[in-house]
Amino acid sequence: MSAASLSAQFLDIVIALLLAPLLTGWVNQWRARLQNRSAPSLLQPYRLLHKLFHKESVLAEHASPLFRGAPYILLGCMTLACAIVPTLSTDLPLAPAADAIALVGLFALGRLFISLAAMDIGTAFGTLGARREMLVGFLAEPALLMVLFSVSQIAGSTSLTTIVERLADQGPAIYTSVMFAGVAFTLVALAENARIPVDNPATHLELTMIHEALILEYSGRHLALIEWAASLKLFAYSGIGLALFFPWGVSEGQSPFAVLYALPVLILKLAIGGFLLAVLETISAKLRIFRVPEFLATAFLLAVIGMLVNNLQGH
Amino acid sequence: MEALHAVLFIPLLGSLVLAWTGHRDFARDLNVGFSLATFIAACVLTAEVISQGPVFGWHREFFIDPLNVFLVTLTAFVGLTTAIFSRPYMRIEQDHGKMTPRRLRLYHSMYQLFNCTMLIALTTNNIGIMWVAMEAATLATVLLVSVYRTAASLEAAWKYFILCGVGIAQALFGIILLYMAAEKVIEVGGDDALLWTNLEAVKDRLDPNIITLAFAFLFIGYGTKIGLAPMHNWLPDAHAEGPTPVSAVLSGLLLNIALYAVLRFKVLTDGALESPLAGNLMMGFGLFSVVLAAFFLSRQRDIKRMFAYSSIEHMGLITFAFGMGGPLATFAGLLHMTVHSLIKSAIFFTVGHAAQTAGTQLMEEIKGLIKVSPTIGWGMMLGALAIVGMPPFGVFASEFLILTTAMREQPWATPLLLLALGVAFAAVFSRVQSMVFGDATIRPLAHPPALLPVFIHIGLGLLLGLYIPPYLDGWYRQAAGMVGG
Amino acid sequence: MSGLSIQLIDFLAALLLMLSFAMISQRRILSLIHLFTLQGITLVATTAIVAHATGQEHLYLSAGLTFALKVILIPLLLHRIIDRLNVRWDVETLINIPTLMIIGIVLVIVAFDLALPIAKLSTSIARGTLGIALACVLLSLMMMITRSKAVPQVIGFLSLENGLFFAATASTNGMPMVVELGIALDVLVGVLILGVFMFHIREQFESLDIRHLERLKED
Repeated sequence: MSAASLSAQFLDIVIALLLAPLLTGWVNQWRARLQNRSAPSLLQPYRLLHKLFHKESVLAEHASPLFRGAPYILLGCMTLACAIVPTLSTDLPLAPAADAIALVGLFALGRLFISLAAMDIGTAFGTLGARREMLVGFLAEPALLMVLFSVSQIAGSTSLTTIVERLADQGPAIYTSVMFAGVAFTLVALAENARIPVDNPATHLELTMIHEALILEYSGRHLALIEWAASLKLFAYSGIGLALFFPWGVSEGQSPFAVLYALPVLILKLAIGGFLLAVLETISAKLRIFRVPEFLATAFLLAVIGMLVNNLQGH
Repeated sequence: MEALHAVLFIPLLGSLVLAWTGHRDFARDLNVGFSLATFIAACVLTAEVISQGPVFGWHREFFIDPLNVFLVTLTAFVGLTTAIFSRPYMRIEQDHGKMTPRRLRLYHSMYQLFNCTMLIALTTNNIGIMWVAMEAATLATVLLVSVYRTAASLEAAWKYFILCGVGIAQALFGIILLYMAAEKVIEVGGDDALLWTNLEAVKDRLDPNIITLAFAFLFIGYGTKIGLAPMHNWLPDAHAEGPTPVSAVLSGLLLNIALYAVLRFKVLTDGALESPLAGNLMMGFGLFSVVLAAFFLSRQRDIKRMFAYSSIEHMGLITFAFGMGGPLATFAGLLHMTVHSLIKSAIFFTVGHAAQTAGTQLMEEIKGLIKVSPTIGWGMMLGALAIVGMPPFGVFASEFLILTTAMREQPWATPLLLLALGVAFAAVFSRVQSMVFGDATIRPLAHPPALLPVFIHIGLGLLLGLYIPPYLDGWYRQAAGMVGG
Repeated sequence: MSGLSIQLIDFLAALLLMLSFAMISQRRILSLIHLFTLQGITLVATTAIVAHATGQEHLYLSAGLTFALKVILIPLLLHRIIDRLNVRWDVETLINIPTLMIIGIVLVIVAFDLALPIAKLSTSIARGTLGIALACVLLSLMMMITRSKAVPQVIGFLSLENGLFFAATASTNGMPMVVELGIALDVLVGVLILGVFMFHIREQFESLDIRHLERLKED
């Protein structure tokens, strides 16, 4: 474990924590522009976090320690997820833990705690949100796993760093299964990050909201942590997407400066990705909650078909 | 050579001419005329093949051997007699207001086109063209079945089109697979790899994996067209709701042609595979069809549906016979094919007039046919006796041969076959008896029915039961040798 | 045969499979027609690539024919039919869609399993295409079974035929021209007849629901 890799790991985490709200702000800004609304500033998420951290957090009378602890656990999970996703460098000390399955497990852990916390208070909305969140989660997880598997079939490993290295080394080629997995991953990412067409992050309409219903009882710094965790989740998902489907430009740790070269590439890729996400959200319509299983079944199906096709065509 | 061209072009020409003039009064006679010319050409062709052996035509795309020439003659013959039968039948339908001039034109044109496509399917050497012709025959019959444009006939035609369309699409997949296998063996590639004679020459070198899959698809596909259970759903509806001459040619001819296609592919499959897969499949589906059809048959109330189920039963029996293989069973199968064509179309002729006389197809409302019109009554009685396998008719001879071969080679199947034949016998006989005899409640027809074809068919069926002429016998043996190996 | 064209054909094959799945999960008739057109375009592309890669001139002709028939003529006909019959609305399937998709995956596995021994010894361009073509055929069959309306059934039939055509082009480098022409003619006439039937069925039943066609049943 060299100093370079340690510093790369450190940088990875810091950049994730700092850039994540910016990415959220970027997406929101583009979304507003595409919808002909006057766009909020790029820094709006930071301002929101700042505001929330300085507010008092009000707790319900019967809130248990679980309710208070959940935001910290959630933020921890998401930070760890960001740490093991190779966004800047593949030479990370946490790389041995950067297994695709562990990653899905981290997301599931975060979801579990926030759902429990939402039910802890005992309000109707919290329970409703928790149920919807679990519905989405339990359909999205197998799909995400399938996506990761179908890519790892090509790379021959479920370790994210190995996948990035192998794919980046090979020249460009048409991998049918990777394309399918890419589409499937986009669908899963939309659902997991509470985006249109599955959920609308900007609504508090009780009939449609999922994520917002979960965190309705939170305020002050707890809410700030959750918002930050949500940004980190989006960042982690973008990182996974880039690692699997656009692995070029990630440093492989030959020199400490390689990480610095990787940073602008990462920012450029995230900027394009965020713009595309905004476009996607603008052109699609919100699905009824009962159609969500279909949406996620499609993702699962795409990933599975990708895998099967890969087997048949025998690459 | 010229005879072959004539066989194919006369019905095509007929179809075109009748597309212009099919609604005139003389169209009925013209229809008979074209069919007669086709039949004469087919006879000449048969004579040529008997004297000179197999003939090729048009860049080897057409090929006549003892197996298909016998079916060509049979097809042309039943085509002719059905045209004769449809003369008065269609006149009566016109009087009843069921046929308008436009429909009549469509009917006559499609009738000739249907004959043409059947003859192409029989004579072509190219399995791809055979498929195209079979599909075209399906399309022509879809139009024929729906010609009355009633709700029921549309339903029947829709079902027929969708089921057979899907079925025949499966067959196309089988053909593609076969082509794939052949391409590897036949170096020239292109068109040659689809010619049946070329395939036959290299059949032992075809890849068994591909052929297994190919035959499965071909059998399911053409099996739908034969009407084998459980793909038979379209058949009773199409028979019951279309005009009776169409029911007669469907049962008498089209099913045979689908079976002929299966036979051709069976020869290839047997050559390529060590295992008797093709035979087993055919026996299994055949037996299932016989049993299923016999039980459904006994529950029918509509006379045409009942005889449609009887067709499924007989087609199952023939498929079973061909599946057993061997010269004797194949001989019996070919004989049964001939006799069934003749007798079943004869029955539909009488059924058509009986239904016209009674104004309904429901059997409980048809009574005392023999009092109203002795020829219809006797025709139906004799036909029914022949089809259930009473001696001395031909069906008895072929069924007897099939059953004895089954007893020796597939003893497990014999009780099932006997049971099914028994059920069918009881059902058909009791129903026909109550229709033929009993008090007359119906009035005679305005136009004298043409029952000459009925008695010619039954007569031929009787003849084949008593005595098979030596040249016909030799012919069957040759064909049986080719198919049964 | 270059590596690129093999990759492209493999990709188009997978795309075709995807489109078949999309058809299964599609409720709107109009979108079904669009998907069918896309399938046609995929076919044209495949045929053109095979023609280019193997240098078989007649395949260009076949690609042109496919384009005229399946990208222009038949979709146009279908559009006219749904315009005249006014059947653009959503159509529910008989089985719910996620279940259909699971069944679809099973069908794909079956098809691939059947085709695998053949793919192993295949010498033609792309090895996986036969399995995919078979899967498309089975999926289209399922679509026909699970739809109760006339137009989706017909589109299912046509998409089945697309699967077959794909098998013919990609697995065998194209059927002989005579046969291809014959198949094209049959398909065209078939669609015309079905189109006419739809109007008659509508007249008779005042609906295009095939479930009305249940008078003829075994009693």
